[in-house]
Amino acid sequence: MVRLITHNLLACHAKGCTSNNFPLQFQDAAIELRDAEFNADFLRGFLPRIEWTALVGAARQLGDTSLPAEQPEMLDDEFLQKLHHVLLEVHVEEGAMVCPNCKHVYPISNGIPNMLLAEHEIG
Amino acid sequence: MSRPELVAPPEIYYGDTEAKKYTNNSRIQQIQADMTYRALELLNLPEGEPAFLLDIGCGSGLSGEILDEEGYLWVGVDVAPSMLEVALEREVEGDLFLQDIGQGFGFRPGSFDGAISISVLQWLLNAETSHPTSSPPHRLTRFFTTLHAALKNPSRAVLQFYPTSDDQIQLITSIAQKAGFGGGIVVDYPNSKKARKVFLCLFVGGGGGQQQLPKGLEGEENEEAEGRALFEKRRERLRAKEKSGKRKSLKDKDWILKKKELYRKRGKEGVPLDSKYTGRKRKAVF
Ligand SMILES: C[S@@+](CC[C@H](N)C(=O)[O-])C[C@H]1O[C@@H](n2cnc3c(N)ncnc32)[C@H](O)[C@@H]1O
Ligand SMILES: [Zn+2]
Repeated sequence: MVRLITHNLLACHAKGCTSNNFPLQFQDAAIELRDAEFNADFLRGFLPRIEWTALVGAARQLGDTSLPAEQPEMLDDEFLQKLHHVLLEVHVEEGAMVCPNCKHVYPISNGIPNMLLAEHEIG
Repeated sequence: MSRPELVAPPEIYYGDTEAKKYTNNSRIQQIQADMTYRALELLNLPEGEPAFLLDIGCGSGLSGEILDEEGYLWVGVDVAPSMLEVALEREVEGDLFLQDIGQGFGFRPGSFDGAISISVLQWLLNAETSHPTSSPPHRLTRFFTTLHAALKNPSRAVLQFYPTSDDQIQLITSIAQKAGFGGGIVVDYPNSKKARKVFLCLFVGGGGGQQQLPKGLEGEENEEAEGRALFEKRRERLRAKEKSGKRKSLKDKDWILKKKELYRKRGKEGVPLDSKYTGRKRKAVF
């Protein structure tokens, strides 16, 4: 149940891994699509928190190319629908997320990422 | 009976059997629900705006189900795989993570509109986990520092917990302060043995003392039942507010009703969760 909304907020938290530690890269991802309630207000309010390039990249890694490379200025309904789908309806069920910097692998099983660190990785 | 956090590490204590027992106990369901409603009240989120919340130590989703019902989107973290497994079976809506909060979070700055934690913090003071750990003060520091960073400014985190001494409260509040939080302790029904509840109510930002520490609930009652009745009344008020349209729910009514019915059935009859995939619309893409 990692959705891209959450993935977009997640950086590596291993000790000393403080730069180039975002976004985590998906590996061998198996995804499922599940309908979610559409709420335009929520999306508009959330947009400033999103790292756009990371979101587009993650979506493409998962085979979804519906988002434009540049964040559009006009937040029309058509765009919000696409954003809704990418952020809230794509669930990564299996696979892993890998830190681009320290290469720590966070495995995902049954939709749940394992964020536990080894002793030498704890900050 | 010994306190759970003194018995074994959390992910051992909440193994398969205990996770199910805990979740299906209707008394526990009621208490966790009441405290979640109260935590939401203390969170004091801006009205009418859908929020994105963090549920710290979400367990099997008893607190998260309330967040679902109230129309919030949320992320839950817990260190006990068996509890998370039950949460999956109950089909809570939040994104779940297997994580030891004493190791800290990796969420980007300003990720969440608020955080709640129901009956979890005492675990950081006591039993260690079977994963590598450091001392309790170190773990608390790591926890509060990374939590503070993950919350947007201004916002709040409300953490209900079961301290055993004033020293523990002191330790926790001083570490939270050093991590940059304002706020303090709110005690509900301080004179009631059973209904007494301790909430650590933390503020991020707010500029020059604008965030005021809420008052604890008062009541002369010594009976838990009465404490509960009071909670119930408050909840009704919250609902009334919602109906009057002051608080807009994120999710549509039918959806919530369906979900409520589902939880009710499971809670009351302990309906076996034969399949977590029942009736779900799934499209496997890869
Ligand atoms: C009493 S349960 C509460 C669960 C849920 N909040 C509720 O209201 O039902 C306490 C939870 O805290 C979790 N916990 C304890 N120590 C933890 C830690 N270091 N990191 C993450 N979760 C922890 C346990 O696994 C357990 O699920
Ligand atoms: Zn890293």
